[in-house]
Amino acid sequence: MSEVIQNRYEFVLFYDVENGNPNGDPDAGNMPRIDPETGFGIATDVCLKRKIRNYVDIVKEGADGYDIYVREGGVLNLQHKKAYDHLGIKPESKKLPKDKELARQITEFLCSTFFDIRTFGAVMTNEVNGGQVQGPVQLAFSRSIDPIVPQEITITRMAVTNERDLEKERAMGRKHIIPYGLYKVEGFVSAHLAKKAGFTEADLQLLWDALTNMFDHDHSAARGKMSSRKLYIFKHESVLGNAPAYQLFDLVKATKKDETRPARSFYDYHVEIERDKIPDGVTMIEK
Amino acid sequence: MGYGIRLLIWGNYACFTRPEMKGERVSYDVITPSAARGILESIHWKPAIQWVVDRIHVLNPIRLDNIRRNEVGSKISEAKIKSAMKGNEEDLHQYPNDDRQQRATLLLRDVAYIVEAHFNMTDLAGPEDTTEKHYNIAIRRSRQGQCFHQPYLGCKEFPAMFRLLDKDEMIPSVYHGEERDLGWMLWDLDYQNNRSAQFFRASMKDGIIDVPWIKKGMVI
Repeated sequence: MSEVIQNRYEFVLFYDVENGNPNGDPDAGNMPRIDPETGFGIATDVCLKRKIRNYVDIVKEGADGYDIYVREGGVLNLQHKKAYDHLGIKPESKKLPKDKELARQITEFLCSTFFDIRTFGAVMTNEVNGGQVQGPVQLAFSRSIDPIVPQEITITRMAVTNERDLEKERAMGRKHIIPYGLYKVEGFVSAHLAKKAGFTEADLQLLWDALTNMFDHDHSAARGKMSSRKLYIFKHESVLGNAPAYQLFDLVKATKKDETRPARSFYDYHVEIERDKIPDGVTMIEK
Repeated sequence: MGYGIRLLIWGNYACFTRPEMKGERVSYDVITPSAARGILESIHWKPAIQWVVDRIHVLNPIRLDNIRRNEVGSKISEAKIKSAMKGNEEDLHQYPNDDRQQRATLLLRDVAYIVEAHFNMTDLAGPEDTTEKHYNIAIRRSRQGQCFHQPYLGCKEFPAMFRLLDKDEMIPSVYHGEERDLGWMLWDLDYQNNRSAQFFRASMKDGIIDVPWIKKGMVI
């Protein structure tokens, strides 16, 4: 196993969507989420966490220590129902079942078994304090660079669901898409919480891979074409960090090249980072 | 209280959930003292010290927004994990599609606060724990943007940005010249007392909420 991470990180990910719906709003009939005051598009943190989980699940195929706790129903797989005795929990631990110690063991077991618990944390039932894992990776809501304009598209299907509708011959449905949107999400990795959860350098690399590749394994009729475009990682020299997060986030900017035209591709944007202003003790990694 | 600290805290979104409306979360109008304490603790905390929030300045207009998300309904079962740890076959996974709850959150947006706080030493303080030391660590970290983990505004998905206010620096509140009763608000949880919740009557004057002291289960 590789080492637990020793540095604080922040990251900024730009991803875009073409003719798709990045994150539907259950309150608005599955229209793309939109900030009603500004018209900017939104995607929730949990939406991206789901994709990270799915990516890791696909890549690691349930390898030891990379199981995914919060699973999608579709990948229900009995082979994961294996026993976990390889962990060799010492029987003498049963002799002294001091609540605190047991809670610690349970947390440790969960962290070492499941990638998503190690990364995002998890809450365990009942009053045993300590059965709660605070994950090192924290994601905020994504927001589009410019206001988005959702379109409703009516589609037809040349078949019907019910026999009684047979004479209708076809059914009509709706899809919501946005023609184009560039989104930005900001995230944080705490080295201290990584130590508690056992989040390693290898896990971190896997997280970066997931952020870069997650959309490539998430294609569906609703999503259209989604891609990760740019990932900027700020690595602090120290565990606690060498600069405030907001200063680093402010260095990264995306601007539209031609303000008079609606953007329709990533190349309509100019993404830049003020390299000369990166504070001492922080290195920037581009992916 | 010579060792006070003034921190500017801001963020795009915040949800300081009202305990009486947590099924579908509804935020308080402003940050609670307990959430502010959590932010301070994410910057610097040791068992030797206990943060006390003295005042909260509300700088931006109180605005609410609604977000509905797919969430899961249940938590990890301890019994199942114990059984799996003993080597029994258990399905430990959680299937969010089968256990789905759509829950709305009425959250705050574009918030900014000044939190005035100080800390007290606790019984756990050793000889090497001087107030100067902890004060200096807290000041240094908040000036340099260092933290134990990134603080957040009520929920982890709403990260908080922070910086230390300079000595005489003051940022005006939009509520200057106004008085507003915010009703009963959560003050904090009493961790010595089975984590019982304690409340206080919050009122905002010129955008400033004076946070009362707490004594034996009663806020005065």
